[in-house]
Amino acid sequence: MTAARKVACVEIGGIPIALSTSDDRFLDLLRQRYAGFLSSSRPEFELEFDLTCTGPASDEDVRVRREGHEWLLERGDFHARWDPRTGRGSVRQNANPYSLDSVLRILHSLILAQRGGFLLHAASAICDGRAYLFSGVSGAGKTTMTRLAPADITLLTDEISYLRPSADGYSAFGTPFAGELAKAGENCTAPVSALFFLEQGPENRVDELPPAEAVRRLMRNILFFAEDHGLVEKLLATACDFVARVPIRRLTFYPDARVWEKIRNFQGVPEHA
Amino acid sequence: MPETCIYIARSSAIAARALAGEMMVMNSADSTFFTLNEVATVIFQAADGHTPLREIVRDRVCEQFDVDPEQAQADAEQFVAELSGHGILLVSNQPRAAEAP
Repeated sequence: MTAARKVACVEIGGIPIALSTSDDRFLDLLRQRYAGFLSSSRPEFELEFDLTCTGPASDEDVRVRREGHEWLLERGDFHARWDPRTGRGSVRQNANPYSLDSVLRILHSLILAQRGGFLLHAASAICDGRAYLFSGVSGAGKTTMTRLAPADITLLTDEISYLRPSADGYSAFGTPFAGELAKAGENCTAPVSALFFLEQGPENRVDELPPAEAVRRLMRNILFFAEDHGLVEKLLATACDFVARVPIRRLTFYPDARVWEKIRNFQGVPEHA
Repeated sequence: MPETCIYIARSSAIAARALAGEMMVMNSADSTFFTLNEVATVIFQAADGHTPLREIVRDRVCEQFDVDPEQAQADAEQFVAELSGHGILLVSNQPRAAEAP
């Protein structure tokens, strides 16, 4: 006899996914971790979790590959299968939240790739009704930018930005995937006004980036794990589309609050619109 | 001694996209990313596995750009060697077999 499974529906980026488990403590962990993203929407996808043991997340590289119609997601601390035809999958993992975050991020990256969206290693925030993205290498200032944000700024994430195409460009969504700030983003969305690649310097300055350089930087920061030629082709096409529709700039900034005035006053068009 | 023909073909493991006059190429096996200049783009696009590199340089590169033919050939060979080292181009001294219909 098997224990009854209980379900939490987590909706990130407007995509509701039912997460089921027979372990009450894991269900509590799910509900606490994704508290701002629990949803009563009808799930588009389902993941069944079976727990192996309580253990740490793994430092191993993740592998994401197709096996027949299914995707296999593997790392030292989890093993998952997901069938995009049925929308259903199963996960065996350690009962720790970092493994859970990783599985969800990978699943979303696969779903988004098919829909012309992507996850970006970037902080994002809403200012005056428009979303601004801040990307860059570790230490470039993503978390610093969110810490410097004035009180009227809505934080979408300090670590992983969620982007989907919309009628007039792209929309950014809040995510629960936190970085150094250790704080989930707000569960809301706004049209993307600009993507800035961050560098710290003695003054605040916005510089243009040639389109090819913008694509190169974008591709380097997109979270994508699948060993799949078709999806890589689609992702490159998406990156080019994003660069054509969203202003992308290099933002050199001195880390104090004045940089947000620069952002608030930014009026940009895509480099080759 | 007869001159050896080099034939080049694009790898099936790459994704390529033109944007604002530049060709971007990504190797899906290892995610390496390249941006090709105009001359390199012409060679890349002509890499069908059937046309000798020397013919590509003569008929495409030298036709479209004001370049010295010998220098263009040397540059093309260097470019081909570099991209084949990254798995972007496949090099052979024979034309590729015709694909089955």
